[in-house]
Amino acid sequence: MSDDRLARARAAAASVEDPELPGLTIAELGLLRRVEERDGAIAVTLTPSYTGCPAMAVIGWEITAAIERAGLGPVTVRTELAPAWGTAAISEAGRAKLRAMGIVPPGERACPRCGSARVETLAEFGATACKALWRCLECREPFEAFKTL
Amino acid sequence: MLADDALVLGHRLSEWCGFAPSPEEDLALANLALDQLGLARALFAAAGLDEDRYAYFRDAREFRNCLLVEQPNGDFAHSIVRQLLYSAWALPFWTAAAGAADPALTAVAGKAEKEAAYHLRHAREWLVRLGDGTAESHARAQAALEQLWPFAAELLDPPADPALPDPAPLRAAWEATVSATLARATLARPAACWPRAGGREGRHSEAFGKMLAEMQSLARAHPGAVW
Repeated sequence: MSDDRLARARAAAASVEDPELPGLTIAELGLLRRVEERDGAIAVTLTPSYTGCPAMAVIGWEITAAIERAGLGPVTVRTELAPAWGTAAISEAGRAKLRAMGIVPPGERACPRCGSARVETLAEFGATACKALWRCLECREPFEAFKTL
Repeated sequence: MLADDALVLGHRLSEWCGFAPSPEEDLALANLALDQLGLARALFAAAGLDEDRYAYFRDAREFRNCLLVEQPNGDFAHSIVRQLLYSAWALPFWTAAAGAADPALTAVAGKAEKEAAYHLRHAREWLVRLGDGTAESHARAQAALEQLWPFAAELLDPPADPALPDPAPLRAAWEATVSATLARATLARPAACWPRAGGREGRHSEAFGKMLAEMQSLARAHPGAVW
C-alpha cells in the first residue's frame, strides 16, 4: 500500500511541467531530486535551476496540488542547492522535447529550423534565465537556445 | 554581509528594468538582478534568518553591505564598472567558498560560482566595448572608473572571518582580472587613492537611504502583504 502510494506520488510529482517551459516536466529537466515518504507525508525535494528562478514557488505549489489531487497527501516540498544543478541534468527525453519546441538544447549549435551550424549569438540573456537568443545566418531566423550551465 | 551585498546590488540592478539601453540589455540586467536576489535569499535561508524582516525592516545602519554595491546606477558605464569591480571579486570568492568547511555556505557557493562566471563575462565584454568604443563611451567609462575605484578596497579587505575564504588570493585574482580587462578596454588604471569604507560597520552613503526607502516602502506600508 505504502509502496504504491509512493510510486503514484512520484509519478504525480514527475509529471509537473515547468511553467516557463510548458511541455517539459521537472523530472526531464532534472529539477526533481527525490520523492520520499516521511512521517506520513510525501516529502518532495527540488533543486532550482538558477538561484533566483521565479518559477520555483509555482513548481512547489503545482507538485503539492498534483499529489493532493491524486489523494496521496499531505505533502511537504523543500529545495536543496547541493549538488548544484547544471544543464547536464536534463534527460535525453527533455533534450528531444526542447529540440521539438525549437529551443536548442545546451551544448548544441544548430538552427532548429534549417539545421545549419552557421549561427550567431544575438543576446546572451534571453526571455528566461535559462535561455539565450541566437540567430541562424543561413535562414536568418532568430531562435532560442538553452544556456549551458 | 554577503547577503546584504547580494541584496543591495540586486536591487540596484533591478532599477534598470525598463530603462536599459536596449531590450537585450534590459533582460540581461534583470537576469543579473534576479540572480543576486536569489543569492541573497539563499544566504539568508542558510543563516536561518527571516528574509523579509532582514530585507524590509532594517534601517540603513543595520545593513552590512560594502559601499560599492549601493552606489547609484549613474549612466550605463557606471553600472558596468560597478559590476566588473564586484564580479572580479565574486567569482574567485564563490569558487573558494565552494570548498569551505560550512556545508550551508558550500551549497550556496556551488550555485553562486556558476552565476558569477557569466556575470563577470557580461561586465567584462561591456567594459571592453565601452572603453575601446567611441570617444564618448571611453570618456564615460573612464569617469565611472575614477569615481568607483576608491570603493573597491572595502570589498577586497573584508572583516576577518575564519569561516570565509582567505582574502589574499582573492585580491590577487581580482587584480589580475581587472588589470587585464582595463588593458583590453584601453582604460587607464586610476591613481592610488584614499579608500572609501564604512558599509561593513553600517555607515552608508546618502544615496543608500533613498534606495532603501523605495525598496522597503511597500513592505512597510502593508506589513505581511503577500501576492
